[in-house]
Amino acid sequence: MKPTRFIDLLPHIVLIVGVLIFAYPIYVTLIGSTWDSGTIGRGGLPLWPGGQGLTNYAQAWVGEAGDRAMYTPVRTMMLNSLVMALSIALGKIAISILSAYAVAFFRFPLRMAFFWLIFITLMLPVEVRIIPTYKVVADLGLINSYAGLAIPLIASATATLLFRQFFLTIPDELLEAAKIDGAGPVRFFIDVVLPLSRTNIAALFVILFIYGWNQYLWPLLVTSSGDMETIVTGITKMIGTGESANDWHIIMATTVLAMLPPVAVVVFMQRWFVKGLVDSEK
Amino acid sequence: MATVEIRNVRKSYGPVEAIKGIDIAIQDGEFLVLLGPSGCGKSTLLRMVAGLEGITGGEIAIGGRVVNHLDPKDRDIAMVFQNYALYPHMTVFDNMAYGLKIRGIPKAEIRARVDKAATILELGRFLDRRPSQLSGGQRQRVAMGRAIVREPAAFLFDEPLSNLDAKLRTQMRVEIKRLQDRLGITSLYVTHDQVEAMTLADRILVMNHGVAEQIGTPLEVYQRPASLFVAGFIGSPPMNVLDGRIDDRGEAVLLPGGQRLALPQPRPTDAGRPVKLGIRPEHMAVAAEGLSGGFSIEVELVEALGADTVVYGRLPDGESLLVRMAGIPTVRERDRLTVTPQGGALHLFDAVTGRRVE
Repeated sequence: MKPTRFIDLLPHIVLIVGVLIFAYPIYVTLIGSTWDSGTIGRGGLPLWPGGQGLTNYAQAWVGEAGDRAMYTPVRTMMLNSLVMALSIALGKIAISILSAYAVAFFRFPLRMAFFWLIFITLMLPVEVRIIPTYKVVADLGLINSYAGLAIPLIASATATLLFRQFFLTIPDELLEAAKIDGAGPVRFFIDVVLPLSRTNIAALFVILFIYGWNQYLWPLLVTSSGDMETIVTGITKMIGTGESANDWHIIMATTVLAMLPPVAVVVFMQRWFVKGLVDSEK
Repeated sequence: MATVEIRNVRKSYGPVEAIKGIDIAIQDGEFLVLLGPSGCGKSTLLRMVAGLEGITGGEIAIGGRVVNHLDPKDRDIAMVFQNYALYPHMTVFDNMAYGLKIRGIPKAEIRARVDKAATILELGRFLDRRPSQLSGGQRQRVAMGRAIVREPAAFLFDEPLSNLDAKLRTQMRVEIKRLQDRLGITSLYVTHDQVEAMTLADRILVMNHGVAEQIGTPLEVYQRPASLFVAGFIGSPPMNVLDGRIDDRGEAVLLPGGQRLALPQPRPTDAGRPVKLGIRPEHMAVAAEGLSGGFSIEVELVEALGADTVVYGRLPDGESLLVRMAGIPTVRERDRLTVTPQGGALHLFDAVTGRRVE
């Protein structure tokens, strides 16, 4: 009995250690956001919550730290990040589901050529084409705009491929039955393909929203004014170059706030995953 | 309700000709079964009628109207697929109503038509369910319901029972037959199962390699197979085929084993002609030992099916010969047995072309 007990416990021990390693920095951030700057500045951050929480979060939300510094308010940055992340996620899904539909269901000249063209862009990360992309966006006058933040990141080979693979599993007979029922391509897309893709869309939305929310390099380049700041770039800008003390309590409060929307998306969309899995139809 | 006419229809995939000119006129209300082995082109022909495959040559007319260039939706047909092809995310009601909804039929009438079809098919209790919550037989009925509510000129069935287990298949076969009798809608039915073909069809079109081997009623196809292929394909177990030659007076067939089987009618013009002789296993009977003209066989295997028994025998020259007897087995393996064809049930086929010699 005894050795098997230990074998049974081992995975749990490994998992708990893993969770502690991952969760500890987040815990420190959470605790840090409840103390005043003095306590954190002395380097002796306690491991229990302090009493400054409400003040810190209120200051971060409106963008003031005591009477000295002025940051871009978190509410502005959150809104910017939200608009950017939603545009990227929804835009990517809309574009890629349509292109995947075209590639999977229609026979047109150069179909495979287009498919490979889309596929090849997978091998080019955003960073590789960032200078030409910046040039194009600048020439279009989209610097410091939501369009400039989102549009260059919308095209997505990954999502197109995922949808295409899923569409290929839809039996041909379903399309033929719809043809006989009198559904044209648009009708078939709306009435059959979209509902069947629900769970795929939900899964992709979670991934793409977090991808959009966590964008760093591109927003850094394409925004220069404070009121277009996204929260991820905003946090790094709060950390100074060493000339003055950092307001760690505000930074940590901002960081905690920055984590909330992605967490909310995961928690909310998880229900959809489960629903999709329970329905399990095709 | 309408006639379906197929006039010299051809289909090519590049250099490969899949359908080599099929001609048939299907009467209003007729049940035509397209029967053949896989790859014979029967499904392709059905899909050409449906408009899911292009037509390389010839004409297809439904209700007197040539439909070669019409979309499937404009051909006034309904199709039942082998894997049902139900919309998985829609309820049974919505599955049946979808085609009507697209055609802009008023809600009240859709309701009435679906309810009527559901009553006929005993699906009333399941209208709110999804296909995934139904059994195979129920799904197949929904697929038929989807076809019925359309009130089409013709039903097209593409091996609709292949995915069902044997018992359910028999049951659904009866239901399809009853349904078609009741609705009287012209039907084309593709299958590779000869029992389905024999029981359902008004006429059978037996296909092989893209050619119509024979078109006829089930009994015609069974009693007077037009070719060796049809003879081998219809009937279970398949017909025995032996090499032979018509004697010099045209009165009998001579077999290499020395047997001489008298022809029901003398055919002097065919004297000396080499032929293939076909005898169905069920038309063989056990005869007295050593009867001249009988086949002496050694029993290799006995299959007792309950109602009848199939004996796998071997002739002295090594050819195999099947005999089907009524009732439980009376012989055992390695027994010697003499059998004779009964009642002149001989089929003669040309030794080269395999066509029936009339």
